[in-house]
This record gives sequence, structure tokens and C-alpha cells, in this order.
Amino acid sequence: MAADVGGVLTPSKTTGFRLSGIYYFFRRWPVIPVFLLALVLFAGVTAPLIAPHDPNLQSLTERKQPPFWYSAKTETQIQTVVQRVLPGSAPQISLSDAQKINPAAQIGDTIEVEQVLRPGGSTKFLLGSDQLGRDILSRIIYGARISLLAAAVTLVVGGCVGVLLGLVAGWYGGLVDEAVMRFVDILLAIPLVLIALVMVATLGASLTIIVAVLTIFIWPRFARQLRGEVLQLKNMDFVSLARVAGASTPRILFVHIFPGTINTLIVVATLQVGIVILLEATLSFLGAGVPPPTATWGGMVSDGRNYLAGGFTTGSWWISTFPGIAIVLTVMSLNLFGDWLRDKLDPRLRQIE
Amino acid sequence: MVTQAATERDVVLRVNDLRTYFQTRWGTVKAVDGISFDLRRGETLGIVGESGSGKSVTMLSLMRLIPMPPGRIVSGSIMLDGEDLLQLSDGEMNRVRGSKIALIIQDPMTSLNPVFTIGNQVSEAIAIHQNIPKRSVMEQALSVLRKVNIPAAESRMRDYPHQLSGGMRQRVVGAIGISCQPQVLIADEPTTSLDVTIQAQYLALLKELQQDSNVALIFITHDFGIVAKMCDRVAVMYAGRIVEQGSVRDIFNRPSHPYTEALLASVPRMEEDVDRLYSIEGQPPTLHDLPPGCPFADRCQYVMERCREEYPTRTTISEGHDASCWRLI
Amino acid sequence: MTTANAIVPESGAPASGGNALLEAVGLKKYFPVTKGLLISKTTGHIKAVDGVSFELRPGETLGIVGESGCGKSTTAKMMLMLEDPTEGFIRFEGSEIRATDAATRREYRRSVQAVFQDPWSSLNPRMRVKDLIAEPMVINWEISRSEIQERVLKLLNDVGLSAYHANLYPHEFSGGQRQRLAIARALSLNPKVIVLDEPVSALDVSIRAQIMNLLKDLQAEYNVSYMLIAHHLATVRYMCTWVAVMYLGRIVELSPVKDLFANPSHPYTKALMSAALPSHPDTVQEEMILTGEVPSPLNPPPGCHFHTRCPFAMDHCGVDEPQVKEVGPGHTVSCHLF
Repeated sequence: MAADVGGVLTPSKTTGFRLSGIYYFFRRWPVIPVFLLALVLFAGVTAPLIAPHDPNLQSLTERKQPPFWYSAKTETQIQTVVQRVLPGSAPQISLSDAQKINPAAQIGDTIEVEQVLRPGGSTKFLLGSDQLGRDILSRIIYGARISLLAAAVTLVVGGCVGVLLGLVAGWYGGLVDEAVMRFVDILLAIPLVLIALVMVATLGASLTIIVAVLTIFIWPRFARQLRGEVLQLKNMDFVSLARVAGASTPRILFVHIFPGTINTLIVVATLQVGIVILLEATLSFLGAGVPPPTATWGGMVSDGRNYLAGGFTTGSWWISTFPGIAIVLTVMSLNLFGDWLRDKLDPRLRQIE
Repeated sequence: MVTQAATERDVVLRVNDLRTYFQTRWGTVKAVDGISFDLRRGETLGIVGESGSGKSVTMLSLMRLIPMPPGRIVSGSIMLDGEDLLQLSDGEMNRVRGSKIALIIQDPMTSLNPVFTIGNQVSEAIAIHQNIPKRSVMEQALSVLRKVNIPAAESRMRDYPHQLSGGMRQRVVGAIGISCQPQVLIADEPTTSLDVTIQAQYLALLKELQQDSNVALIFITHDFGIVAKMCDRVAVMYAGRIVEQGSVRDIFNRPSHPYTEALLASVPRMEEDVDRLYSIEGQPPTLHDLPPGCPFADRCQYVMERCREEYPTRTTISEGHDASCWRLI
Repeated sequence: MTTANAIVPESGAPASGGNALLEAVGLKKYFPVTKGLLISKTTGHIKAVDGVSFELRPGETLGIVGESGCGKSTTAKMMLMLEDPTEGFIRFEGSEIRATDAATRREYRRSVQAVFQDPWSSLNPRMRVKDLIAEPMVINWEISRSEIQERVLKLLNDVGLSAYHANLYPHEFSGGQRQRLAIARALSLNPKVIVLDEPVSALDVSIRAQIMNLLKDLQAEYNVSYMLIAHHLATVRYMCTWVAVMYLGRIVELSPVKDLFANPSHPYTKALMSAALPSHPDTVQEEMILTGEVPSPLNPPPGCHFHTRCPFAMDHCGVDEPQVKEVGPGHTVSCHLF
């Protein structure tokens, strides 16, 4: 009896939802986010080599060129042939123009005219050109540089400040902790955009200012996370034992406690990069960012917003949309990658096997 | 099998050749590998073993609470009251769990939910398993609380766990355990986290409950002290198998498996001076990489060549006392 | 009042006193309980340790038993200088450690090491075994790399591990092996005292005897004294020469180990023994199950702290604090029954 029931005893067909191979692979490894991030990083680093055009080269005759897959858009209109076109009247066409289309045209005739509403795209501007005739793809590639630079500097400076203050606050506790953490609370409560606008208004817009503002905004997040981690670690027995062995406070902090927080730091940093890139874009969009003509994703979105009217038919939507997509994909990839890292590095939160 | 169980009086639980395996990335772990035992009405069975011996997986298998996957009950039968728990559907098992076979988990102090009243928590267990009107649920909850000697039970029903002393909370947990008059009550390391005087109170309570309700009790423990104090029979587990089982006096007076013998000799005694404890060398084996033959062979002081080649057969030493060791053959 | 309860060494210490290596005199640790966020007000004190005195002689093992919350771990922390006593002092080789110069205190730190209960939390998971064991030497001794290396290997060998273990990380070891590593690290500075805080209670039963025997062997080899914090009486009987029984921050009974088990005097000691699990089903135990729980150390009962649970309590037990009385050679009890 026991022998023939083997195997069919598992009653949990409902709970044992089996992941199909491909889905499981993508769930387990962040293939797409990592690929996209690698692309952004590659673009940023090698921008001068891979960008098809100078990002700041204006070409006023090629303004608002659509992406390459666009064919020209035309409209047929019935126009009256007149001697001289008077503004503001019914559709009219001058005799000379009309005779270019149909040599037999006479004054007073009506004639079908093909009107070009928007020129077609060309492979010269793969993603089109903006209102000054600059290549959008090249600007996106160069814009990645600014985003990455802002993120890197902010994270290094903000990370160091945050880690140090977090370590100190968590370790000493008491008044020191209270002071640091209340300061952190205040900084996190200040509307960043407002501060940035004020600072740009008084000091002028530059990358340095942007990075400074972002750093002020970012370090409290590191400090808060680090402090929590330190509070946990400092009660571990190995910390007490290090004191028993005679270790000094700096030694305990940097040899015993700090290495234990590195996993968390990596995760926080990854998730913060997304926020930094988003903020930099926001500030650039509002004109409080890196001043033109430097290509930034946020600035490009801002540039194009006056030409959105007309939508997909007659508007120049590509000027804003492509840098916007770049921002969304980058930030989303960073968040997905950060989540994955957290699951991987922090066994307490492990969700995927 | 049903008729056979009915003829043997008093056997409430009969486990036969139970095997529970886990699929891990290191291969198949045979956490429980062919264990069989009987449990009689009113009896206390101790299942003793170290971490990794399979005692907790045994308990989870009895309750059908093995996480599947990765776990799987591969074969065997668990006959409770004439029905094989392994043949029940999930829904049927949910009804059995808590009503016929109940579990008291590790720490009786933290297993009450702080946001519900005592009355709520006791009556919940009753309401789930018995289809009776709300009023009689409350009455039954009250009578269970009285049964475990909670003074002023009516007013205690409205209290929250934090308003009760630790001893009272223990009694409430006990009350939940027996609220549906289970036939088998499993206590999984019920006292490991308790102080000795609190532990003594709790063990006394369990004994009292058992005598009142005649429930069969299974103690899952690593502590021979609990076995000596509480149990009528003992099953000693090592690496997923029962290596020896017998009455508590058989085990303590005539330990026949070298592991049992060594384990008893390695525990310090409070009643007498011991010059030097016997110490079992080495570590318990890892279950995914078991050598052929007897898994205790590497740590055994009587090891023979045969021990490393095949697993020893079960040998009966006296009635109700058997062990699996080549030395006994 | 404060000294009345303390077991004053002059009256309580055995005849052989005077060559004590480590002495605690009237140790107290009160943790303030505060209320209010910004302007905090102390509303009371948790009297974790409330006047504890004992001494430890070379090569001996002093066991401190009691239930959770009795103050045994706080006492251990004070001995390790992880907590400062609120009152009382610690004397090491005759000099009071808080009153002396920094050099003597460093010497004390070096001489008193520790092994804790949980071998999973007591080893830094990010350090290799060789760095873990070497760390105390790196901090305290000025010796060369190769000397340290050599000593690490000797220590590993002494605790029953092999040289190849030196390059592994702690997570690659089992609980028992990790406890061996912790012991090796504690021994690295040739300490005179090791505080063992429940060193075997987190281990598997079959491993406990290994570690206890190892500790005994090392005690003889390194001539080190142990202060063993434990809740398991049988462990104490096996390991210790002296035992102090603590209840609610005070030592209620202090005795040579044989005498304590032959002749437990304080009602609480008796209750602990009757509550302890027997080692054989036929062991006859005195049935003395205490009712209730340990009262809160925030507001300990007046008089004898134990009188609320004591089956022999008399009227004045709840009023007067019991004096320390000697009931045998070196065997002292704080109880009105004597």
C-alpha cells in the first residue's frame, strides 16, 4: 500500500506554481536592466566616438527633422489659381506656382495641390533633429555623460558624508545621534526643487551647483540607512569581543562594522543613482540645471515641449520623447537592478531562490 | 490496515515507513528516511535527536506541513484513527489539523497574538473545527480555560495576552492545544527558550493536561532531561532514521545503540560528580552527502567494517525495545 | 543598607582568601529608565545588578547561575569592562582597575577575555579565521607577522582544528567548530581569566561534551581561570569549583561546588535544583515548583527579593534584607532561615 502511493502524495498542485524556463531565467537574472545600463554607461564613456554628429552643431535648414522611419506627410488641397496670393483669403495659389504643377493652369481655375505638412525622415538624423537642427541621438548619447557624471560625483561625495555621519550617529547614539538624525529629517523635508531654483537664481546655473544641491539631498539617505545598520551590528557579539580584545573605536568602526554595511551601501547607492538621474533631469527641465547648450536629458525634454502641439500627426514629438524614454529606461533599469541586488545581497529580504 | 489498527487496542497513531525527501541544489536530502512508530492513547513519546536528525521534519510530516516543493513525502503511511493522513485532500487535512492532531510550538510565551483577546484566540480554534453556534463556541472556550485551571476564566476571556502573567499565558496556549480534544498533541521543543523554573511549571501543566484528557503526547526534543522527566517511550533519531526505540527505562538503563549510549554518557549530571564526560567526536553528518552504511559509523567507538557497507537491520532486544546496529546481531 | 546585602568578602570569603586573582566588591549596575523625548526625566532604575561580591582564584572556575534577568550577564559585562559599574569596584591582582593608570587597565583588558554563547554572532563574518584569531595580538602585542602566524597555528591546533582552517571564513564552520575558533581567539593573549557566557548552550547535545572537555583541558594547559555564566546546573557541576546563585541582581548563595550540590541551603537554590531536568527517569526529585515569575528588576520586592515566591517566607522576609551567613567552609547564604 505504501509503495504504490509514492509520488502522488504531494497535494500542493495549487501552491507549487512552476515557473516556465524562460520566465524563470529573466526573473532570476536582471538581463534586460543590466543590458540597458551597460548601454548607457557605454554611451556616456565613448560619446565622442559613437555619436554620429556634434551634439551642438546647429543646422537651421534641417530643423525638426523627424526620425528616419517617417515618410513625408502631404495633403491634397483644392486651390484657386490667382495672380497674386492674398493673405487671409480662401486657399489660393499663384499662377507661376500652379503652372509648375500643371502647365495648362489659368487664372480662375481650381487645381489640386499636394502640400507638404512635414518633411520625411532621413538616416542622417536617426532619431530626428530638434528645433535648432541638432541631432537628437547624438544629444542623448552626450546627455548620458552629464547624467552619469552628476550621479557619480553626487554618490561619491554624498555617500562618504552620509556613511561617516551614519556611522558616528549609530555608534555613539544619544545626543550625537539625535542631532545628526534631526538634521537628516530637516534636509529630507526641504523641497529640493525650490532650493535648487533659489541657488541657481543667486549663483547661476552650472554643473557644480547641481551636483552640490543633489549631494545635500542624497547624503541623508545614506546616513539614515547606515545608522540603522550600525545599530544592528553594534549589538553583535563580535563587536563586544573586539572591545574586549582592546580594539579602539576607529578600528571597531572601520574593521568590524563598516565592512558589514557594504552590501547595504551598494544597494542604497544603486537605488539612489536612479533618483539622482531623475532629479538632475527635473532640474534641467526646469531650467535650473546645466545651462544650455550642453546636452542633458532633462533639458532636451524641456526644449521639445513647445513643439508637441499637433501630436503624432504634425507635432515634433520626438524632440521630447526620446530623451524622456532614455530617462525612464535608465531609472527603471537601476531600480530593477537595485531590487535584484538587495535580494541577492541581503538574505533577510531574499525573495528569489 | 484499518482492521489491523482496530484490533490493536489503544494505538492512536501508527507511522509506517515514512520518508520525506527534499530536493536541494546539492541533491536529494533524505531528511526522514523510513521511520515507523506507534503511539498509544495517553502515552508520551519522546523523539530525541540533534539538529539535522530529522525530528522536526518528522513533526512537520505528521502535520502535513512540509513545504512542497522542495519537500515531498515520498512514501509511507500515517494512520490516525483509522485513516491515512497522507491520503487526505488538503481540505480534509485542514479539518484534521488542530482537531485530531494539534501542535504546540517552540515558545509558548510568544505564540499568542497580542491584538486579540484570549477568548477570541481560544474560540477561534474551536470555531474552525466544529460547526456549532457561536454561543456554544464561547461556552466551550470557557470550559477549556477552566480545564487548564485559569482562575476567573470569564473575565480572562476579555483580556489581552499582555495582561496575563507568563504562567497564565502558558495555560492559554495549552488550552488552545487541547480545545478540540485532539487525540495527538505534538510539542516541538516546547521549553528550550524558557528558564528552568518556568520550564518546570510548563512541563507540569502539560502532564496535568495529558492526565485530564488522556491525549497522546509527542515531545520533539534534543534534551534527555525532558525525556527522563516526561516520556514513557523514546525514539532516538540520527540522520533521518530512528536508530533505537524503547521504553524510557530501557533506553536509560540498557542503551543499545552506540549513539544513544554515547549521547547519554556525554550529558553532565546534576546528581553526581563526573570526572570526565564521554565526548562524541566529529560532527553530525550532512544529510545530502550520507556515506553508505550506518551514518554514525565515523563517530562510533565500536565501528566494524560491515558498518561502512550496509545499513544495519532493526533488531529487537526485548519487547518494545529495538535498535539498528550490527553489534546486536 | 547597600552593603548589608552584599556578600562582603571579609565575612564571606573562604579561609584561603587573599590570593584572589579577580575580585568583585559590592558591584552594582543600575540602568536609568527615562521618560520624555527632549527633556528626559529619570523615572526609576532597573537594578540589574544590586550589590554583588565574589572572588576568583588562579586556575579555578567560578560558576554564576540564575534565570534570565538575574543580572548574571550584566555582571559578566562589568567584569569585561563593557559596562561601568554604578557602584562597587573590581580588583585585579590587588589593584582596583578603575582607580589605576591606563597601562594597568590595558593590562587588565588583555588578561580578561571572553567566549560568548552564540557562535554565529561572535565571529565577524567578513574576516578570515587567521585574522580573527590574530586580531587581539595585532592590537596588543608588537610581534612580527611570522610570530603571529606561528601562534595562530598553535592555537588552532590546541583547540582541535587544523592549519588549513586558517584561511577559511567563519560561515564555513559548524557551530561547535566556531565555538572552538572563539576559544582560540580568547586564548590568543594568554589571558588569566576567561569569561564564558553560556558557552555550550547554543550547541548540539553531542557537541557540548566536546567543548566542555576542551575547556577543561585548556584550563590546565594555559592555567587560566574561568568565570562561567550558565543556567544549566549540571554544566556548572561538571565545570566549576565555585558556584554563585543569583536572583534578581543579588547573589543568594555562594559555595564550593560540592558543598552546594550536597547541601543546597537557600530556598531558591533548592527550587532551581528541583526544577532542573533529571538525568534518569528514576531520579527522585524534590517537588518544589515555584509559582509565578521573577519580579521586575525595575521594582524589586523589598526585603529579601525572593520572598514573593519563597515557600518558606516569613513575615519579616518582606521587610529586612537578609544578612550574609556562613553555613559551611566558604559556603555563604543570604536568607533569614539561617
